[in-house]
Order: sequence, then C-alpha cells, then structure tokens
Amino acid sequence: MKKVISLVMVMALVMCLMAGCGSNTESATTATEAPADTETAADTETEAPAEGGSFYIGGIGPITGDNAIYGLAVMNGAQIAVDEINAAGGINGYTVEYKFEDDVADGETAVNAYNNLMDWGMQVLVGPTTTGSAISVSAKVYEERVFALTPSASSPDVTAGKDNMFQLCFTDPNQGSGSAVYMGANMPEAKVAVIYRNDDAYSQGIRDTFVAEAANQNLEVVYEGTFTEDTATDFSVQLTAAQAAGADTVFLPIYYQPASVIMAQANAMGYAPTFFGVDGMDGILTLDGFDTSLAEGVMVLTPFSATAEDELTQNFVAEYNERYGETPNQFAADGYDCVYAIKQAMENAGCTPDMSAEEICDAMVEQFTSMSFSGLTGTDMTWSTAGEVSKMPVAVVIENGVYVTAE
Amino acid sequence: MNIKTRKPKKTTVIDFATYIGVILVFIVMNTLKNQGMLTRSLTGQLIPICCYIVMAVSLNLTVGILGELSLGHAGFMSVGAFSGVVAAMSLQGAIPSEPLRLAIALVVGAVFAAIAGTLVGIPVLRLRGDYLAIVTLAFGEIIKELINCLIIGVDETGLHMVFNVTGSKSVNDLGLSEAGRVLIKGAQGATGTQTISTFTAGFILIMISLVVILNLVRSRSGRAIMALRDNRIAAESVGINITKYKMMAFVTSAALAGAAGALYGLNYSNLVATKFDFNTSILVLVFVVLGGLGNIWGSIIAATVLTILPEALRGFDDYRMLIYAVVLILVMLATNNPQMKSLFAKLIPVRKGDKVNGQD
Amino acid sequence: MEFLSYLVSGVSLGSVYAIIALGYTMVYGIAKMLNFAHGDVIMVGGYISLLSMTSLGLPWWLAVILAMVVCTVLGVVIEGLAYKPLRNAPSLAVLITAIGVSYFLQNSALLIWGASPKAYTPIIAGSVKLFEGQLSISYVSILTVVMCILIMIALTLFTGKTRMGKAMRACSEDKAAAQLMGINVNRTISMTFAIGSALAAIAGVLLCSSYTSLMPTTGSMPGIKAFTAAVFGGIGSIPGALLGGVLLGIIESLAKAYISTQLANSIVFAVLIITLLVRPAGLLGKYVPEKV
Repeated sequence: MKKVISLVMVMALVMCLMAGCGSNTESATTATEAPADTETAADTETEAPAEGGSFYIGGIGPITGDNAIYGLAVMNGAQIAVDEINAAGGINGYTVEYKFEDDVADGETAVNAYNNLMDWGMQVLVGPTTTGSAISVSAKVYEERVFALTPSASSPDVTAGKDNMFQLCFTDPNQGSGSAVYMGANMPEAKVAVIYRNDDAYSQGIRDTFVAEAANQNLEVVYEGTFTEDTATDFSVQLTAAQAAGADTVFLPIYYQPASVIMAQANAMGYAPTFFGVDGMDGILTLDGFDTSLAEGVMVLTPFSATAEDELTQNFVAEYNERYGETPNQFAADGYDCVYAIKQAMENAGCTPDMSAEEICDAMVEQFTSMSFSGLTGTDMTWSTAGEVSKMPVAVVIENGVYVTAE
Repeated sequence: MNIKTRKPKKTTVIDFATYIGVILVFIVMNTLKNQGMLTRSLTGQLIPICCYIVMAVSLNLTVGILGELSLGHAGFMSVGAFSGVVAAMSLQGAIPSEPLRLAIALVVGAVFAAIAGTLVGIPVLRLRGDYLAIVTLAFGEIIKELINCLIIGVDETGLHMVFNVTGSKSVNDLGLSEAGRVLIKGAQGATGTQTISTFTAGFILIMISLVVILNLVRSRSGRAIMALRDNRIAAESVGINITKYKMMAFVTSAALAGAAGALYGLNYSNLVATKFDFNTSILVLVFVVLGGLGNIWGSIIAATVLTILPEALRGFDDYRMLIYAVVLILVMLATNNPQMKSLFAKLIPVRKGDKVNGQD
Repeated sequence: MEFLSYLVSGVSLGSVYAIIALGYTMVYGIAKMLNFAHGDVIMVGGYISLLSMTSLGLPWWLAVILAMVVCTVLGVVIEGLAYKPLRNAPSLAVLITAIGVSYFLQNSALLIWGASPKAYTPIIAGSVKLFEGQLSISYVSILTVVMCILIMIALTLFTGKTRMGKAMRACSEDKAAAQLMGINVNRTISMTFAIGSALAAIAGVLLCSSYTSLMPTTGSMPGIKAFTAAVFGGIGSIPGALLGGVLLGIIESLAKAYISTQLANSIVFAVLIITLLVRPAGLLGKYVPEKV
C-alpha cells in the first residue's frame, strides 16, 4: 500500500521538480537571448551601462553545511565588488550580472552548480571556493573553455594542466615552504610540532611542503599530530604529545575554527608555544566571542588583514560591516579581488557581452598572463601561464588583539 | 513445464514493466540529450543519477529483501570508486579504448567491493537489528579513514602504495620514477582522474543490476532470503542455511555498490574519501525507504527524484536544504498516515508482502 | 605522567560522550527509536545558552536553565509533530523522519544564527594542577564527570522509584500491556523526550565548554559518537551509557597517543565491533533471546 502512496508523493515531488526545471530553462533562454540583444547595444557604444547588455559572472562555493562560512564570505565579497562596479558604470559600459550557486563543498554538487550557471548564461566563473570542488569543476571549464578564477582553492592540482583556470590565493606549496623559509630565517632554533587535519586537502597539502622544506631549513620537526573532521573535538592528546616532545613552536596549517579550539585547550593545560598559522588562520580575531588574548603572539602568513590602514581595505571593511554585520575575512577579500581582476582584464581586452564565453576566455587568458593587478590581497600580482598567482605573503603577528606586520 | 498455459505471474509483469520503463526512459533521455534539448544541469546529473539508482537498488537488496538495516553502504561505494579509479588510470597506457577501460574499472570496483563485503559480512551478519546497523556504520567510517591514509602511485614498474598511519608520510615516500604519476594522495584523494564515465555505461550498469537483483529475488535463493527476513527462526527450522543466504545478499549488494562507485569515481576529476561518509549512506537509505522497502522500481524513482530535487530547489537559495528536510518529514508522515493508507486501500486492492521489518 | 594526562583527557572526552549517550539511551529504551536529531538538540542547547550569556547577559546557571527549558519544549514539539504520528509505523520510517528532523534543525540554525563558528566561553575557566604542574585537569572536565555521575544516579533513581519512571519501564517492556494497565503511553513517551532533551541541553553546555566552538553542525559528530557509546555500553541501559561513553573516550584518547591519530576513530569502531561480537547486546545490555 505504501508503494501507491509513495508513488503519489513522488508525483508531487516531480511536480515541484518540473516547476524547478521550468524556471531553469526560462533563465537559460533569457540568458541566451540577452547576448543577442546586446549586438545592437554594442554598436552604439554608449558610456552609460548599455540597455540589456550585461556580463554574466557566476560564483560557486559552499553556502550551507560545514564550510558555509567560506562560500558566504566569497559570495558577499564578490557581491560588494559587483555592486560597486555597476554603480560606477559597469565594465566597458556594460553592467555585471552576478549569480552565486551553492556546492556544499562537494565535488558532485559543484559540477551541478557549474552546469546550472552555464544554463543561466555564465561567461566568467569566480570560483569554486574550496579545493576539492575546484578540481572537479576545473576539468569542466577546461573542456568547455570558460575562464575561471578561483578566489581560494589553493592546491596546485586545481590549475595543473589547465590554461584557463587561475588562482588568486597562494598555492599550498607556496604557503608551506614559505612558512618553513620564514621560520628558518627568523626562528632558527625552533623545535616545531605540526598539527594538521589529514582528511582535508588544504591542510595536508601545506603540511607536505612544509615538512619537505623544513628539512632544507634545518628546522627540527619534533612531532606531527593529525585530526580528522570526526575527531576535531579534542586536541589535548596532540598538545600533550607536542609538549612532551619539547616543541616550542606549533605550526597549524588549518582553518581558524579548530585553531581557536587548539589555542583554548593549550591555554587550559598551561602550554604556551608560539603558534604559527597560514592564511586559513585569518578570521581568528573576528571569531565571535573568541578571547583574543589566547591568540597573543600568534604568527600568521596572510595576504590580507582587515586592520590594514590603506583606504581600499578600510572602505571594503566598512562596507562589508555595514551590509553583513561582520568583519570580512581573507575569503571575502579574495572574492572582491577576483571580480576586480576580471574587470581589469576585460577592460584591457575590450570585452563585450556579446562575445561568447570561449572568446572571453581566450582574451582573459592572454590578459591574465600579461597584466599586473593590485587589490586588497596584494599589490602588483602577476600570474604565470600555469595559472598560479605571484604575490608577497606578509607575516603578521598578533599583538594586543590586532595584526602587526612582523619584520 | 507447462509455462505456456499459465498466466504470467504478477511479479513477472512488474519486473518486465521495470525493465521496459528503464529502457524507454533511457532512450528518451538519450535522444533528448543528443538533440541538445536538455538543460546542462540535467545532462550533468544523468551519470550521478545512474550511480545512485544502482546504489539504491543494491541497498534495497540488503534492507528491503534481506531485512537488515545497513548504514555503511557508502563504504562499499568508496572501495569500488577508488579501486576503479586506480584500475582505469593505471591502465591508461596499456588500453587506449575508453569504454573497455571503463568496463574493466567497473569490474575491478565490483570485485574489490565484494571482497570488502565478504570481510565485513562475516562478523556483521551475526548481529541483529540496531546492533547490526551500528556495526555497518562503524565499518563505513573505518573504510573512510583507511582510504584517507592511502597513497598510491603508478610508474613503469607497477603500482606503488604507502599507508600513511602516523601522518608523517607523503607522496615523496612512494619512490616513483620520473615518469610516475600519483593516483591517490591520501586526504587529497584521487585528482586529475580522466572522466570516462558515460550515460550509456550508467544505463547498462542499471540494467545489469536489475537483472541480477530481480533474478536473485525471484529465484529459490531469493525466496530463502525473504523467508529469513520474514521469520528467521521458521526459516532456520526448515533447513535454510542462514549464513549462506545472508552473505549471498550482502555480498551481491556490496559488489553492485562497488560498480556504482567506480562509475561515480570516473565521472569526476576529483574524488575524496570523505565524500563517502555516513551522510551518503543515509542519503541512499532515504532513497530505499522512500521508494518502498523491497520495491525495486520504487527505489529507482526515489533515487532519481531525490537526486534532482536539491538541484531543482536551487531557486530557493539558503532555504533549499530546509525545504528538502521538510519534504522528507512530510513524505514519511503522509506515507505512514493510517487515514491516507485506508483511503488508498479503498482505491487499490491490498497486496501482501508490503510489510517488512514489521517484526521487532 | 603523559599517560596520566592522556587518561585524563580520555575521561573528560568520554564523559561528554556519556552525557549525550544518556539522553540517547533513555529515548531508545522507551520509544525504541534511534533519535538521530538528538545531536542537533544539543547544538540548539549550545546556542541558546551562549546567546543568553552573551546577548542577554544572564549568569551561567540561568543560561543553562533557559537552555534546558527551550530544549525541553523543542523535544516535546518534535516528538508530537514528527514522531507521534509514526508510533505504529515501521522503525525505518521513524529513523528517516529523525534524519529529516536533524537536517531541519541544522539548516534552521544555519539560517537563524549564521554559518560562522562562534567561540564559546566555558562556564567555568581554569584548571587544577597536580604533581608540580605536570598534570592539569580543567574544572570543566571535573564538572562534566561529576554531572555525568549525578545524572546517571538521578535517572536510575527516577526510573526505579518514581511512578512516572515505573511507567516508562513498563512502556519499554510492552507498550500494549502498559496501556492495559492504565498507563498513558503517549504522555509517558513525551515525558521521555522532555527528559532526554533537557539532558541534551546540559550536554550541549558541557560539550561547548570543553570544545570551545559552536557551529550549526557541531552536534552531529558527537551525536554519532554518543550513539556508538550507547550501543557499546548496551543501548537502553543507563549505567551502560556512562560506561560506554567513558571507555570510548579513553580508547580514543589512548589510540591517538600511542597508535595513530589518523586512525583513532577506526580503532574506536574496531573495538566496538569486537565487543559486539563477544557480547551482542553491548557491555551491560540485556540479551533477550527471541521468542518463537
């Protein structure tokens, strides 16, 4: 009997689905119509945003689930950039349409999100936000010749072998070896313990290159502890072992949320090493309710700090605060920069919305490998043909609850 | 036998309807796809839907037909996916034909998953009810963690494998030659996989699963398995070998899940072990329960609809998963509501054998 | 000395599991259902207590009481709306509904409180130092262990001595017979959910105090671990939940320290599997032979 009833329910679901699909196809058709309309608009070459002519920029990242904070930050950061650009007359006189799709940090959903955006008429992709999703989607964008600039997926596998996939953030090897070089130069006697999350590509990637480079820098890695998503509740064992091994520096190539717990638990057991983090650590100072005195003396290698004095950062932080009620982290800044980098490249290449995604892609690849871009997360960034960004990481140290540039 | 004179049994009719339905849908979808009439988002979901259908159908064998609750089905999918990816990628040079390599990968995935199924099945099937459920959950988690520690590479001398137990090993410990390639990098999973899965392969896999499961269910062994489900003690007392038939169902189910995993793994250029966690097992279980326990075509429809549903709900943004949850609860409430049941009972005559797991 | 400190962290982690497992086991014992949403009720308890401490500025004990009240109401409402209509449905239907409720709570929390993690200020800070400071035990751990034992004793007394408790036991033995004896089965089960959810609120506060971070998904993994602990100790048995939780914590902690941090969970689950093979009903569970 249940079968019949479930059948009816399933029918009801199918109805829902049809409604969903219907709207999908609608948006797809409007998207395909839109570039057609612009042909006339492009001819007139007006300065004001042209009627009906828009660039379609898509974004992908997790806005639900465990990693939602990263996707939301990228989405919001990019949204601010898009609104600013549209208010200031758009790109080459054309407005920008921006749509962000959820991928729950999962490869399968990310590919679905990508296909969904392509139905919508996406011309350039800002994303995906997380590494695993980015690798899955990068194969698709390479095959279908869509330009993609990921704000934060940092593994070299993301860009490997794909000429139209670019990164705005540091790569994992960059960060791992960068941290080791910095420690080797500034803390030569350090006995280092590494605590990393071994079921996370980002964390594992940085750890691998850090340990490899540490050997060259004569750094002594005295202890390595791991945790997984499932055991991220208690770090006292790893901390006790690190303390027993005599580590005076703890390298944490992890995101700030588990890092905040590690610091709190280390403090509770009276263990006070120097903590050293990478860009995922950014955000620890703005963590709601976090006792920043616990993070005193923490060193972070990061491209962005919300407390920087320059006008660009200050405006961005103020705007973000006003809209979303929180201080932006590095991911938000990355999302913001991505949109502006694309704007700059599009302006240099003179792109118009009636160009196909493939034509824009070729123009963008050419621009990105030759231009230099300055934004929130660095000045004079350049890109290699492999898609990796070259920018200077800044080592900052937390003093009295704010970042201070370390010498 | 005098088959000719007998009217075909109702079950036979349903089975044939299932086959024909799947074939028709495949033909329609494939034509639409080739005509470019499907949206990309639907086209992109065709292969995952095939995988989830096979997963749901195979789990139905364990949960619906054998009557044992398994919460670790994704573990077998994981074993199949990673062994399939390794097989397909390491044979890249030796076998240039993509469909052949895909077929080999599916077989390898099924074999490895069957081995895992046997290893898991021996201890697990001695337990019953919720205890069995928690142990399958435990095995699913163990498989996930073991694969997380696995680093595999290939070069001209063959496969190299390192097991990263202490967390201090990395790709460099593989000792690959210059021409070597890393296939699985621990937590980073299998990256750079060549995506060779096709919708046709997915369709063939569904058909194979249907043939295997429907034939098993309608055979003497299948009746023995269902007898175990309905009354274990009675079945035992008439001389049915409990262990043999339980293992038969469980291992078949694991093998099919492995093949589905291989198909899934070769559809994405990146695959991580954490994808196949407890939540994925639950997802497949939801397909089975919603489609109806022991009801094969129900599983097929439920898997299809529930895979597309979250995508179709994209328009609702943040509320997407909330709506999904509400739909799930409402469907369960409605399908088990006595008034609804009696209403439908009036419309359609009741069939025996719907109630599964009724005994406590 | 390190061994002792591993043991201490194991016990304190284990008592968090135990306190969640107590709630699980109560509900399972009486309603015979796996309440997968239990972990998410814990998360709600964590958020309510945190917000009442930070936004409303209440003292911690009042925050805990408020969290208990909210969770109790939530538990009873969930039971009434989602589980009660399924009283006579197959157990799998209830399981799927519980999973639906779990998704619902997680996603509601995501919409209400946002995705970003919040740091949780422990209700008691500081630690005792033993052996000239070589071994430190935080007050939160001590509080967790004490609370755990208190709750276990209270629950044992409650189910053994009071009228309601006896009604609960009757329902767990045989619902139909209990009804014939004049016990209001529905009310008894609602009561069980109320108690289970109030315990979840306490567990939420203690969990967040030792793991000082709170997200919408905070409850799900400890929930599964606690479920494992409950089965390990013998599901339905109150002392079993405590024993299972603490043993699970110790095994996890020692496995991390001496075998592999990577495989700590696997080792915990392997021990569970072996235990169940030797004692199919868990450590303290009653093995009920099937009636023919």
